[in-house]
Amino acid sequence: MQRRGKRRTPFNVARPDRFQIRSAEDVRRVRQEVQVRAMKLGFRAVDQTKLVTAASEIARNTLDHGQGGTVDMEFVERNGQFGISLTFEDRGPGIADIAEAMEDGFTTSTGFGLGLPGAKRLVHEFRIQSETGRGTKVVLVRWS
Amino acid sequence: MNATEPRLRDTVLQNEPRLVDLWVDGLARSNLQRFGHLGANGLRQQCLRFVDEFTSALEQEPRANIHEPEFDNLRDIVEEISRLDATQGFSPSDTALFVYSFKEPLFAVLKEELAGSSEELISAVKSASRILDRLGLYATEIYQKSREDIIQRQAQELIELSTPVVQLWDKILVIPIIGTLDSERAQTVMESLLDRIVEFRAEIVIIDITGVPTVDTLVAQHLVKTISAARLMGADCILSGIRPQIAQTIVHLGLQIDVTSKATMADAFALALRRTGQKMQRTPVRRES
Amino acid sequence: MEEIPIIKLGRSLLVSIQIDMHDRLAVALEDELSEKLVETGAKGVIIDISGLDVVDSFVGRTLANIAGTARVLDAQTVVVGMRPQVAITLVELGLTLPGIKTALDVERGLAIVNATQGETADTIQRGPS
Repeated sequence: MQRRGKRRTPFNVARPDRFQIRSAEDVRRVRQEVQVRAMKLGFRAVDQTKLVTAASEIARNTLDHGQGGTVDMEFVERNGQFGISLTFEDRGPGIADIAEAMEDGFTTSTGFGLGLPGAKRLVHEFRIQSETGRGTKVVLVRWS
Repeated sequence: MNATEPRLRDTVLQNEPRLVDLWVDGLARSNLQRFGHLGANGLRQQCLRFVDEFTSALEQEPRANIHEPEFDNLRDIVEEISRLDATQGFSPSDTALFVYSFKEPLFAVLKEELAGSSEELISAVKSASRILDRLGLYATEIYQKSREDIIQRQAQELIELSTPVVQLWDKILVIPIIGTLDSERAQTVMESLLDRIVEFRAEIVIIDITGVPTVDTLVAQHLVKTISAARLMGADCILSGIRPQIAQTIVHLGLQIDVTSKATMADAFALALRRTGQKMQRTPVRRES
Repeated sequence: MEEIPIIKLGRSLLVSIQIDMHDRLAVALEDELSEKLVETGAKGVIIDISGLDVVDSFVGRTLANIAGTARVLDAQTVVVGMRPQVAITLVELGLTLPGIKTALDVERGLAIVNATQGETADTIQRGPS
């Protein structure tokens, strides 16, 4: 059957909500906003914590390594299941070797790594695109 | 199937905002539960979107059959509301009643607009009823489907209850795992165990796997995670009842489980007592003569 | 700016992190703790994270930093009150907090510090349970 018109999601958000990530305070706000959305979708406590933690990791990367950027938060739906999608974007230096960065134990100058493999384990879907000199985009999705 | 009465379409098109207002007011007065849950704004949003899609559907001059493509978006809205209601614990009737509650403002407005022509009024009311009645039924069908999903999830939580965690002694918990552990169950067992550590203020957890016939990589990984998580919460684990076959499997799989193991639960218990600085003593039983 | 209070409890310093820390606050906490450790000669640092819903690698790093500093100043760090969902998430993240002792709550944490410092249970100041 042909579906016409925009695919709508709960809470009447026609477009995803966008937040700036330019300061440590912004990272905190990202955590809170993700928490609220996860609670609204009825995520179990563990699942809330996992998503918020993953979001915190990537938000920090965006700030510390990506020189600041944005995150778009969206409710998504597939086959009757609801979830949250977070898209982080920055125009920073980018990651030279993504495969390497996705390995546990990879460290940067700050000595603690990018937290990417860890964040990946906390969500259901993880996609990353990065180009040196152009920036990085990370998408996290967790279903309820 | 009949075509929808064109006057219905006209009336709705010309009175959209008014219909929403009347509907919201009516619900605010009569349906306190939904109003309370969503708040005035949330409720208005829900009503607004419904009327919006209802109008759009009618604009396309559909037949009065909600499964026609013109009603796709309207069905989507109802589906959304129904699923959301299910997660909020509303009963099946609630979403249907919400849909049916639109009849009141709609018929009121129709009556005003079509006061002059009883034939058109009757036809419009018929069309509207046909659509809304089917939509209400659709809501309950969708509701049943999401309840099924919820029930499945609750069934998983029931698994938690079938794996008891026992407080053997002060500060010592035992979790006897019986039967095969699949990934789902292992996850639930882990969460339940950690909750019990808090509840019983445990310092040591004895994980007894005497009753587990086989352990595969996934389960072993879960065990390792559980032990690590328990440690982070200040509780040490002791594995008991590892049979030779399982020990071999673990070695062959190349897994490293960094935890003390004892052959029997009794040994594990004795060790736990020592570690927590507690002792068991034999007291002679007094015989009354 | 909010502050995280540091309380002296027997021979230990107690820090209770209730709020979602941002970076400046974490650094301020580390500095203040080092100062207090020197000032009081405390033998233990109890970090109570029972109020935290989320512990990410940044907080993990902060805890590790505090433990490192404390070690240099001859004090032991015990992290207490970790919530189950936080523990599960940390394990999944791969953050194991190596070298940091953990305990269920403040009381147990104090017991650990005092045990290693050779004090008996009787002399432990019991805080609110």
